[in-house]
Amino acid sequence: MVIYGIALLGACTLSGLLVGKLLGSLFGIEANVGGIGIAMLLLMYFSNSNSYFKIGDISEKGITFWSLIYIPIIVAMAAKQNVIGALDGGWMAVVAGFFVVAISFLCIPLITNIKKQ
Amino acid sequence: MFEEILIDNYLLTAFVFVGITVYAAYFLSDKLTGGKFHGSAVAIIFGLIFAYLAGLVTNGEKGVADFAILSGVGLLGGSMLRDFAIVATAYGVKLSDLKASGFAGIFSLFVGVIVSFSLGAIIAISFGYEDPISITTIGAGSVTFVVGPVTGSAIGADSEVIALSIAVGLVKSILVMTVTPVVAKRIGLDNPRSAIVFGGVMGTNSGVAAGLAAVDPKLVPYGAMTATFYTALGCLMVPSILFFLIDVFF
Repeated sequence: MVIYGIALLGACTLSGLLVGKLLGSLFGIEANVGGIGIAMLLLMYFSNSNSYFKIGDISEKGITFWSLIYIPIIVAMAAKQNVIGALDGGWMAVVAGFFVVAISFLCIPLITNIKKQ
Repeated sequence: MFEEILIDNYLLTAFVFVGITVYAAYFLSDKLTGGKFHGSAVAIIFGLIFAYLAGLVTNGEKGVADFAILSGVGLLGGSMLRDFAIVATAYGVKLSDLKASGFAGIFSLFVGVIVSFSLGAIIAISFGYEDPISITTIGAGSVTFVVGPVTGSAIGADSEVIALSIAVGLVKSILVMTVTPVVAKRIGLDNPRSAIVFGGVMGTNSGVAAGLAAVDPKLVPYGAMTATFYTALGCLMVPSILFFLIDVFF
């Protein structure tokens, strides 16, 4: 059943957010600490485990649908931002993007050659 | 009367609105750039332009969602469905693939997230941001345009700062797409091993996929593989360890 996949995805997301919230309060900050990352690890665990828990082909569709619709959701997210407010810092976006990409490119040959030596 | 139906069924209206936007973006990407400039990036740029225009008209802070008929875009692009869809992208990722890419693959992921975040944070500070939440959110945007808003809403950043973090991530993604074919030779990007490292260091999915496709389509799966772990690692590290570090220093 498709709902099983959706339910599993929902359960993983909620558990991750809960753990993130608990971590946040543990450190005394009003923030969700890595909740989404934890939820992704949980889902990776379930999709990799074969022995205890197997997700059927149809249940899987409940998860893959959401995975496929992620770019449109990001587009919707972009369309609801306060872009006018952000434009004050427009140059910063360009400068930051430029430096990050330039330095990252420089890192690639360094890391690629690590083990060869 | 038609407007009433659109408003009553706001989520369906949002599906249609976003669907048309994405279609137009992929159409232009295909016709004007032969798909080299990835359709997803064009679609996100359209989203930001619409939000800008909507802001001019409504004087609001929620982009197109300030129009009653497009209020559903606020739900569709809100944190609940966004987090849900982002978590779903982790499905089917094989941990064994990451192990197979070896030490260089895993190392490149950590370098990629930490270097991108640090540079973004330094630039945010040099542009006058002083509070740890804004600095962290902008740093997160330099990781990817997904990690930016995820972090921003997790730690309570303003919408302007979140929009800025998306913009930083978008600039990064676009630069990766366009610059990769130009520098590929110089950085030795011509084999699976360097493609794995490239995916891990850059991490932006659309940028990595489009950049590698322009260099050699056979390399795409290698780069895409490490890139899929990048967002997860970013969502894990930035709002936790990296935010704490920034919080301690500022």
